[in-house]
Amino acid sequence: MTDLRKKSLRGVITNVIMVALLIIVIYILSVSLSDNNYRLKLVPIIWHLCIFILLGTSLNLTMGFLGQLTLGHMGFMGIGAYTAALSSLALERAGLFIAKTAPPLQLIGVMLGCSLLGAIVAGIISLLMGIPALRMRGDYLAIVTLGFGLIIENVIANLPFAGGNGLAEGTASANLYQNGLGINSRLQAQYVYFPILLTIICVAFMFMYTTSKYGRAIKAIREDEIAANASGINATYYKILTFTISAFFAGLAGGLYAISTSSLTTGTFTFANSSIWNSTFIVVMVVLGGMGSLTGSIIAAIGMYMLNYEIKNGAWVAAMPQFLQSIFAFPMLIYAFVLTIVIMFKPFGLMGTYEFSLRRLLFRKSERAIGGEAK
Amino acid sequence: MSERAIVLKTEKLGMMFGGLKAVNDFNIEILEGELVGLIGPNGSGKTTVFNMLTGLHIPFEGEIYLMGKRITGMKTHKIIEQGIARTFQNIRLFGEMSVLENVKTSFTKDVKYNLFDTMFRTPKYFQIEKDIEDKAMDCLRIVHLDDKAAFQAKSLPYGQQRKLEIARALATDMKLLLLDEPAAGMNPTETSELIACIYDIRKKFNITIFLIEHDMSLVMKICERIQVINFGNTIAHGFPNEIAHNPDVIEAYLGEEAVENA
Repeated sequence: MTDLRKKSLRGVITNVIMVALLIIVIYILSVSLSDNNYRLKLVPIIWHLCIFILLGTSLNLTMGFLGQLTLGHMGFMGIGAYTAALSSLALERAGLFIAKTAPPLQLIGVMLGCSLLGAIVAGIISLLMGIPALRMRGDYLAIVTLGFGLIIENVIANLPFAGGNGLAEGTASANLYQNGLGINSRLQAQYVYFPILLTIICVAFMFMYTTSKYGRAIKAIREDEIAANASGINATYYKILTFTISAFFAGLAGGLYAISTSSLTTGTFTFANSSIWNSTFIVVMVVLGGMGSLTGSIIAAIGMYMLNYEIKNGAWVAAMPQFLQSIFAFPMLIYAFVLTIVIMFKPFGLMGTYEFSLRRLLFRKSERAIGGEAK
Repeated sequence: MSERAIVLKTEKLGMMFGGLKAVNDFNIEILEGELVGLIGPNGSGKTTVFNMLTGLHIPFEGEIYLMGKRITGMKTHKIIEQGIARTFQNIRLFGEMSVLENVKTSFTKDVKYNLFDTMFRTPKYFQIEKDIEDKAMDCLRIVHLDDKAAFQAKSLPYGQQRKLEIARALATDMKLLLLDEPAAGMNPTETSELIACIYDIRKKFNITIFLIEHDMSLVMKICERIQVINFGNTIAHGFPNEIAHNPDVIEAYLGEEAVENA
């Protein structure tokens, strides 16, 4: 019994320290945000980082934990983004909501509601797609999802009410900024805790998912589907469920994206393009961080985004000789280089399947013996 | 002999791969608590029979009954729910997962918490997780792997990997256990450990075991009845000492000349 009491005491201590750390982080954040210079730089970074963390961790559910290579993750983000933007636009046209003047509670409600709606629509579409597609494995599934991502992109681009280059009738891409869900940088700064909290909740959910029976089942399917079936696991059910949850969070990330940008173009949600908003980049992120480690995806998302940010905005790039600068004009070359280096020295990504655990960090010696986690 | 229930019964079970008849007219009745062996030369269709029994292959013809219930053509996980568990000839463990997690996966179908419990870590979640951890440790204790619970499955030595497969199969709470060459690749010490382990399991769980094996000493020692197949056809069935002297069996294993010389 004393052992059990010791264990629960440790749990309490861990939780207290975790909350304390969170408060410290939020304090530092609020101090640095009160400075005008920092705020201008930090706010968009935070919004984008939250989106990338959500995309990376949610793709890791299918790629890392379930072991199915999918290349159309951005398609689901696109569905989420357009659903959120269009639904908020509809609210606005109905005269119920104006982003610029809405009271805080209403704005948060609309942001949350529209993002969730986008996530749900993405989830439903992924469910419909997953039922036939997940019968396939490996390369075949990759081809199907790649094709599906491109189909989503093209369908959205040709929707009469979504416009060719942006939202609303015709090509009025700026319309979203003026009167849609997209909020300006002042409001983004004001509601900067919204994406942070949402991301924390979602990542926590994914972590809970992967450490429960669901996580065990999908890891078993990744290791050996036949043996998983022979252990009484309904592989089809768990595959489709995980695929749907993964798309749900991608849709939510899309909702956040719609909030944080002034206009949407379908080029953002494609397989490959010249920016970092594409499916390939997310796949690279997951591989780099470690397939099967949510912590790895978070680290890789932050690392890759900051690398891109530095390449685009860093003073050190401008100070380099002309020859190197011309290489940096094609940042994809650099990501490929980084990926090659990491895979050479750490074939399973930065973190492998290892998850960060505050509890293990604090009580390393005594927790190891109890087991549960693979050595 | 008292009347015992028939656990497994097959009727004219057959399997075709293209034009090749891998298994033909396979009939067997296994009574409750029996330990029956299935032997035959390489490529005679033994594993195909197991694959049909567990739904990996859908039988070309014939019927399978488990405890009187027809299970022909069911999906694998449904059949496992009905009460058949199996191990594999080529070990199929979840290598990256821990030994304990490997066994825990077998409880997935019995775990009654849902996504809500998972998300909010309700007391129900902790209770169930603790229950299955205890049960999983019990299963590991039977095969003497409880001290290796935190190890990665693929890091275990070969003999222990086989035992872990048995533990994982035990965890599914089955009536009939199918062992596909449990002693393959084991040295004599490991084999005798395995035999002790199988006896232990039978004593504790009172289950029925159906096994494929190449190691004749093991088969003759522990099986109560033996069925021999060759080229998919049953050539003999009976008690071990009958089988050992059956000319058809000797011919199948050693060739015609051996029979003439015998």
